[in-house]
Amino acid sequence: MTDMSYTTSTSGKGVGKIALRWGLYIMLGLFALFYLMPLFVMLTTSLKSLEEIRTGDLISLPREVTLDAWRTAWSGACTGIQCEGVRPYFWNSVLIAIPAVMISTLIGALNGYVVAQWRFKGANLFFALMLFGCFIPFQVVLLPMARMLGLMGLAGTIPGLIFVHVIYGLGFTTLFFRNYYVSIPAELTKAAKVDGAGFFRVFWSIFLPLSLPIIVVTVIWQFTQIWNDFLFGVSFSQAGTQPVTVALNNIVNSTTGVKAYNVDMAAAIIAALPTLLVYVVAGKYFVRGLTAGSVKG
Amino acid sequence: MKTKVLGAVSGLAIVASTVAFAEPQAEVLHYWTSGGEAKSVAVLQGEFAANGGTWTDMPVAGGGGDAAGTALRARVLAGNAPTAAQIKGPAIQEWYEEGVLADISAVAEANNWADVLPASIAGHMQCDGTWCAAPVNVHRVDWIWANAEVLSANGIDMPTSWDEFNAAAEQLQAAGIIPLAHGGQAWQDATVFEAVALGILGADGFHKAFVELDTETLTSDDMKAVFDQMRTMRGFVDSNFSGRDWNLATAMVMNGEAAFQIMGDWAKGEFMAAGKVPGEDFLCASTPGEGFLYNVDSFAMFAVDGEEKQQGQALLAELIVGKNFQEVFNLNKGSIPARTDVELDAFDSCALLSAADMSASNDNGSLLPSYAHGMALRGAQSGAITDVVTAHFNSDMSSDDAVQMLANAIANSM
Amino acid sequence: MTKWLEENTPKLVLAPSFVAVLIFVYGFIAWTAWVSLTRSRLLPKYEIDSFIQYDRLFASPRWDTAFSNLFVFGFLFIVIAMILGLILAILLDQNIRTEGAIRTIYLYPMALSMIVTGTAWKWILNPGLGLEATVRGWGFENFTFDWLVNPDMAIYTIVIAAIWQSSGFVMALFLAGLRSVDQEIIKAAQVDGIPTWRVYTAIIIPSMAPIFLSAFIVLSHLAIKSFDLVIALTGGGPGYATDLPATYMYAMAFSRGDIGQAASSAMIMMLVVFTIVVPYLYSELRSKND
Repeated sequence: MTDMSYTTSTSGKGVGKIALRWGLYIMLGLFALFYLMPLFVMLTTSLKSLEEIRTGDLISLPREVTLDAWRTAWSGACTGIQCEGVRPYFWNSVLIAIPAVMISTLIGALNGYVVAQWRFKGANLFFALMLFGCFIPFQVVLLPMARMLGLMGLAGTIPGLIFVHVIYGLGFTTLFFRNYYVSIPAELTKAAKVDGAGFFRVFWSIFLPLSLPIIVVTVIWQFTQIWNDFLFGVSFSQAGTQPVTVALNNIVNSTTGVKAYNVDMAAAIIAALPTLLVYVVAGKYFVRGLTAGSVKG
Repeated sequence: MKTKVLGAVSGLAIVASTVAFAEPQAEVLHYWTSGGEAKSVAVLQGEFAANGGTWTDMPVAGGGGDAAGTALRARVLAGNAPTAAQIKGPAIQEWYEEGVLADISAVAEANNWADVLPASIAGHMQCDGTWCAAPVNVHRVDWIWANAEVLSANGIDMPTSWDEFNAAAEQLQAAGIIPLAHGGQAWQDATVFEAVALGILGADGFHKAFVELDTETLTSDDMKAVFDQMRTMRGFVDSNFSGRDWNLATAMVMNGEAAFQIMGDWAKGEFMAAGKVPGEDFLCASTPGEGFLYNVDSFAMFAVDGEEKQQGQALLAELIVGKNFQEVFNLNKGSIPARTDVELDAFDSCALLSAADMSASNDNGSLLPSYAHGMALRGAQSGAITDVVTAHFNSDMSSDDAVQMLANAIANSM
Repeated sequence: MTKWLEENTPKLVLAPSFVAVLIFVYGFIAWTAWVSLTRSRLLPKYEIDSFIQYDRLFASPRWDTAFSNLFVFGFLFIVIAMILGLILAILLDQNIRTEGAIRTIYLYPMALSMIVTGTAWKWILNPGLGLEATVRGWGFENFTFDWLVNPDMAIYTIVIAAIWQSSGFVMALFLAGLRSVDQEIIKAAQVDGIPTWRVYTAIIIPSMAPIFLSAFIVLSHLAIKSFDLVIALTGGGPGYATDLPATYMYAMAFSRGDIGQAASSAMIMMLVVFTIVVPYLYSELRSKND
C-alpha cells in the first residue's frame, strides 16, 4: 500500500514534489473522464425527454431533467405485448445468476483444490483441458447445447440456463482456485493427512477458511459474466424464463419501431445496477483477493 | 358388435367434448417489441383472448429478427418449438423443408385466403401446395420520403426518375442541404440499392436478378448502371452516415437538415410519432420507376403436440388474416393490410397510395419481393449480395469490379 | 472399499467436471468439425460431403477481412490494454487518497453489458454528434476524429471501446501484483540510491511476469470472443470493415441459415485459439509441477 509513497517522498522536494503530485492527480483525473464518458452520455440521455433528444444534441446536458424515462424503463416499457418494463425479468436473472454463481464457485473450488493439492497422474491434463475450454466461442455451442438441453428435458427452463452457465463457468473458476491453492504449501495438506484428516476434512477446515479473497474474485467474475450474458439467455429461454438482458435487448433493439433513447439508456443502467453495485461494494476486496495470490499462478 | 359401436360413439363424444372444452393456447415468438409494434401485437392478443385463448408472449428483438431466429433454432433443435413464430419470405419454405411446420390449409381454405390475398403474397404462404403461414401486413420498401418545406423552398418536386433525383440532389447540395439522409448499415445500403435496381432494371430485370439470380442480368450493363447510381448517391450522403440508425436519418429529414430518405414505410411511424402530417410536413412517394417491392410479415405454425396448442394455431391463423385485425394492426404499424378487401377509410394518404400501387402492380406483374428484407432469396444468397452492395458503397470499388464480385459471391453462396 | 474410496476421492470429485468438459466442450468441438464437412443450411445435417465449406470460406472476401481484423484487433487490444493497465496501476499505487473511488471508476466498464454502452460509444465516436463536434464547438475547427466512419480506421474504434471495457480489470490485476512485491527488496534498492523508474523496470515489473501471463490469457479470451462490441458499435460496418470471426460465424449460422459455413469458420477460430493457448498451458504447467 505504501511502498511508492516512500519513493516519492524521497525523490522530490518542496515545489517539485507538489507539482509531481498535481501532475499525478491530473493524469488520474483525465483517465477517469475517459472511463466515465459513456456513463455520462447514458445518464444525461436517460434524464432528457424524447422531444429534446429528437431535436437537440445527443451529447449535452439535459435542458430539463425528467425521471419519466426511468419510471417507464422499470415498469412501463414494452418488451413485447407486456408493457411492464424490465422489472419482471429482473427476478429471472436473479434466479439464474445466484445458483449458477454458487454452484460454479463451489465446484471450481473443489476442482482447484484437487488439481493444486492432490496431484495425481492426469490432473494436469485435466486442468489443461479445462482451461482450453474457457476459450471456446459460445456461438459454437448454441446449437448442440440446445439439442442436449432438449434431451435432458431442461429446454427453456431456468435450471437449464443455470446448468449451461455452470458448465461454461467451470474453466475460469477452476483456474482461479487452482492458482490460489497452488501457493499454499503442500506440507499443510501432508501434515493434516498424517493427523488422519480426510479429503473433505482438509478442504473444509484448512482450505475453505483461507479462501475468502479468492471466493470474492470468483464470485465477482462469475456474477458479471452470467448477469450480462445475452446469447445463452436468448437461446435457451422461453416465455417466462427470459433474463433481464433479453428484456433490455427487446427495448433497445427493435428494428422498425420508434426509438426512445432515454428509456433505452435508463433501462440499460437499471439492468446494470446489480453488477455496478457488486463492483462498487466489493471492488476493494476484488483487488485484495487478486493480491492474495490468485494472480501469482 | 353393438357394444363396439357404442364404444366408438362414446369415444367420439369424449373427443368432441375435449375439443369443446379445450382452451386454445399459443406461445408466440415474435420480434415486435417497441411501443407501436408491441401495441399492434397486443391487438392480436386481445382478439385471441376474446375467443377464449391463452396467449403466452415470447418476444425477442434485434437485427431484424436475427436474435429471434437464433432462439427459434435453439428451440426447434431442443424439441421445444414455439406454437407460432414470426418468419417471412423464403425462410418459411426452408423451415418447411426441415419438416417442422404445421399444415394450416383447413383454416386457409375455410376462410378463402386464396381469393383475398394477392397471388404473389399468397405464394409465400404456401409450401408444396399446402398453406403453412399467415400474412400480417404489407410493408412497401421502395419509398422515398421528403421534407415538404425544404422541397418547396428550393422549388423541387418529388423526383420521378433517377436523373431528376440526381439533379434535385445537386441543387440541394449547392444550397447547403444534405440531399439524402442515410444510415450506413448493411441492410440500409441494401434497401437503397434495391430501390435503385428496381428503377433501372425494371420489374422484369429485378425479377431476373434478385429472384432467379440470372448471371447474365447480374453482370449486365444495366447492373453496372445500378452501381454507378449508387456511387453517385454516395456523394449525396453526409460524411457521418456510417452506422447511423435509420430513425436518426428520418429525424434529419424531419429537422430539414436533409431532404430525402429512401426507406420502408416504417419510417412513417417515426414522422407520425413526432406529430408530422403526411402531405403537409412530409411527402411520400414511390422511388423512381415502375413496380412495388413488398416486405410481408407473417407467422408460421410449428408442428406441436397437444389439442389446445393445435386449436390455438387454427384460431391464431384465422384471426391474423381476419379483416378486423388486418385493419387495426396496420393502422398502428404504418403498413397496409395483406388482404385486399379491407376498408381503407381510416388510413392516411401514404397508405392509400401504397394500397392503390399494390393492386395496380399486382395486375401488371410488377409486384415484387424485397431482396433486402429477406423476401426474395434465401439467407445465404441475399446475404452474399448485401456483402457486395455494402462493400461497394463504402469503398471506391468500380462498378465493373462490383458486378464481377456479385457473380462470384452468388456462385460461392450456393 | 472405504480405503479405495479414500484414495480415489480426488478423482471422483473431478469426474463430473471431467465428463462435462469432455461432452460440452470437446464433444461440441467434434460436432462442429463434423458439421463443417456437411452442407448444413438452416439446421444441422449429418451427411459428410467434402471440404467445400472450407473452400467457400477461403474464397470469401468478407472472411479475409474478418480474419485479418482478428489479428489487428487482438494484437492492439491486448498490448494497449496491458500497457494502459500497468500505467494506471503504477499511478494508482502512489498512495493516492481517493484510490477507492478512482479504482471503481476504472473498473466499472467491466460491469456493463455492451448492448447499450455500444450506443453511447457510437454517439461519442460519431463525428457529427460526439467528440469531433464537441471539440470543434470549442473553437478547434480543424479537429478531426472520424475513425468510426472511415472503413480503414473503424476497426480501431472497436479497439478503443474494448480497451475502455477491459483495461480497468487489467489494472486491478497489476495493482494486486504491485502490492504483493516484496517490500524489503524495494526498500533495499532505494537505500542503495537506485532511481524510482529503475526500481520499476529492473525489479518490480520483472517480478510480475506471472501476472502478465494471467492478463494475457484473460485478454486474449476477451479478444477472441469479442462479439457484442462489434454488433453494438458498428454492426460490422462500414461495409464489413469491422467484421470479426465471431460475428462472421454468427451471421452465417443465424441470419443467413448457412450452418456448414459457420462451422468451418468456427473450426478455423478454434485453430487460432489452439496455437495461442497451448504454448501458454505448456509453459504454465511445466514450470509449476517439475
